Amino acid sequence: MSTLVALARAQAFASGKAQPIATVRHLHVSDDPLVLIPLAMAGEANAPLAAMIGTSLEKPRLLVVSQPRNRDERFAFTAALAGELLPYLESFATETEAVAVDRGRDVRYRYVDAPQVWVPNPGGVDFLRLLGRSTRFRRTDGDYPVPPAVPLLGQWLTFLASAAEMPGSALLSNTVQALGMHWTTGQSAAEDAQLGSLFAWITEGAAAAREAENGPVAGPATDPGFDNKVLAPLIAESSPELEEVLRDLLTPTWERMWRSLDLLRALPAGARVGTRWDSDRDTYSAFVEHLAEDGAPQPRRDGAVAAASRLQRLENAAARYAVQRAFDDPLVMAEHRLTGAAFAGVVTLANPDRIDDTGKRPVLRPRIMVATTEPVRVEAGTNLTSPARPSQKAKVISVAPTADGCDVLLELSGGMGRKLVAEPGSVPAVGERILLTTLSEAYRPGAAFPDPADTPWTHGGPPAAAVTSA
Amino acid sequence: MSRVDQLRGSGPRKRHNARTIAALTGNPGCTRRAVLDAAGVDKPRLAETIGFPGSFGQSRFALARGNAFEAMLKADDCALLRSVLSLPEGRYEDLGEDSDDTLTARHTRTRDVLADGDAGLLDHPLLTLSVAGQTVFLEPDLIAAQRGDVLQVVEIKSFAIVDGQAESAAVSSAAVQAAVYVLALRQLLGDDRVSHDVVLVCPENFSLQPTAVVLDVRKQLSTLKRQLSRLASVSSLIDELPPSVTFDVAQPVPALLESLTAVEARYAPECLSACELSVYCRHEATGATAALGRPVRDALGGVATVDEALGLAAGTVLPTPEQTEAAALLAAAARLRNEALSA
Repeated sequence: MSTLVALARAQAFASGKAQPIATVRHLHVSDDPLVLIPLAMAGEANAPLAAMIGTSLEKPRLLVVSQPRNRDERFAFTAALAGELLPYLESFATETEAVAVDRGRDVRYRYVDAPQVWVPNPGGVDFLRLLGRSTRFRRTDGDYPVPPAVPLLGQWLTFLASAAEMPGSALLSNTVQALGMHWTTGQSAAEDAQLGSLFAWITEGAAAAREAENGPVAGPATDPGFDNKVLAPLIAESSPELEEVLRDLLTPTWERMWRSLDLLRALPAGARVGTRWDSDRDTYSAFVEHLAEDGAPQPRRDGAVAAASRLQRLENAAARYAVQRAFDDPLVMAEHRLTGAAFAGVVTLANPDRIDDTGKRPVLRPRIMVATTEPVRVEAGTNLTSPARPSQKAKVISVAPTADGCDVLLELSGGMGRKLVAEPGSVPAVGERILLTTLSEAYRPGAAFPDPADTPWTHGGPPAAAVTSA
Repeated sequence: MSRVDQLRGSGPRKRHNARTIAALTGNPGCTRRAVLDAAGVDKPRLAETIGFPGSFGQSRFALARGNAFEAMLKADDCALLRSVLSLPEGRYEDLGEDSDDTLTARHTRTRDVLADGDAGLLDHPLLTLSVAGQTVFLEPDLIAAQRGDVLQVVEIKSFAIVDGQAESAAVSSAAVQAAVYVLALRQLLGDDRVSHDVVLVCPENFSLQPTAVVLDVRKQLSTLKRQLSRLASVSSLIDELPPSVTFDVAQPVPALLESLTAVEARYAPECLSACELSVYCRHEATGATAALGRPVRDALGGVATVDEALGLAAGTVLPTPEQTEAAALLAAAARLRNEALSA
């Protein structure tokens, strides 16, 4: 936790009101989202008890398993869930747009929009991942056949759950995390994990949050007291009241999730949220294509090469996401200023026409002097970037201490046009307030991984033929 | 009547199990928890009496599944359990009995049976462990499997292992509990007789089919030993408490609250899921930075209270010499935050 967020938490505690920790929204919020609240049966390995699902606040659909230990009812539930979820997920695979690839030499197509599924909390994501695991290998023939929609649902849930691991992806989002990214409460993170309490802090304040604490849970686990006193007798008697009881249990969470979406929509979107959603649309388009072409279920475990390259993609995405959030949001950038990874100052000198002709060809290398009162923890030779001009590099030439801070001399390259005279406005002018950071949006090339057939013995050697039984 | 019994008052002593000992080591800095547990005080009742009930309990569905899984493994003279552990047919003895009167006798029996070292399975052995200067009886839910010269702890758990992975919180708490058993067995038999590799028997994937995995609990063992040795000083702490201190729930509430105040707690948000008294401690810790979580406290430079942290950030509180660094950090954070929010 950064000191800035901790300070906001302290302020929230003292004022009894949640405090903003972001000035823009860092997450794409779809105009047409689907909300899903899964509820699990305690003790069992991923046995669904109920789910509330729908694409509008007014029309929640409640699915209930009246005997959660009955295998047939379980798969009937999964089939019903597939009946609700699959049409929504597939409804975006219609209109496409062309995207230039390979420097304009080729084009590929992607869908103009993609689905966005919301669950209440990270536990909901885990539940869907396991539900995907338990259904995607099911056979539609043989001894225990299931409807064809069941294994397909399993593949979609697995796809969504693995997308949710990708930092910055918004295909499967959870409300607790989304709210916690933009507001901080005056309680601990452990207490924030409960949606009711977190939501009450943000909308009403501390007192309401304490009251909401003992309210209905947001799943997927139920409260043991509820299990013992309410649920057990209803299930034992196969009571028809079960559905009504579960509806009452889930409705508060349902309403909070939709109101949370409104809260998030009210924030202006960050400048780089759109590009992240673009890559979500790419991921979605690729998966739709995979289902249409091959349709093999995702393996139970990644092979060594696939796991290594996935890990690298995740690391790159995490680094990129952190940089993008800082570039989009001055409040996030402030955290980096506090740790010395960024500093703000005023341009005191500028030589926008400076030409470096020591090389083969003369190149435009303007220099500027920035005076700052903030601590500067960079050395000469470091390349810095300013969020206002992300395509321009600023190389530190020297750092000279002054009475109340220091003067930083920088040499600029890039982002000034192709001529030997800088485009107007591309070089910071004297008097301009500028922010410089060591964070960089520069492209990180992926590492080269061997073909799976050439997996080295250190990593288990080439994998045996894939085993696809459940 | 010993001082410890006086503290507890009229209620019966709460028995320890591996879970309570594991929890005890979860927050070793908390004197209140150590004293209450050492005295065997009924904490749920105490919390309810003073008006801060916690909601702890286990779902009967979870219990039913756990029991069904265990019964299935132990059916037909533990046939399934033996096949999972690849043990030959042999002795099986259940030493369990839910009774306080026979504790000593059962412990003696456990010691005798374990000492002779015959191969086979021993269910519910009654062990003792020295906790906070007191010898407590442990009613463990474990099976000790004798293989050759070495005794191995077998724990049956009902959480599922899916594709070789299980919920990490469940596994780590199972490992700590198993470490408690290993430690207690080693105190009884000597270090080299009991293996630090414990066997966890869990349902595999989404079925009830059992699978066995081996966990190395050496790390948990050394943590446990260290923390138990720190708890050893609790008995001297109890002796130093003023005679008026009591946790007898028959006492009036103000007296109980006063007694609680006399024993210092170290509240952290993690307590909420582990300790029955946590709701009261949270109430008591209101305004402390630690109540917002340890990362928050650390990020605020270790300043103890929220008011102090905000005062240092605003420059309205003069920092003590140790606080100068924290104060500078907080003031810089406040300046940056205001700048970003007012832009």
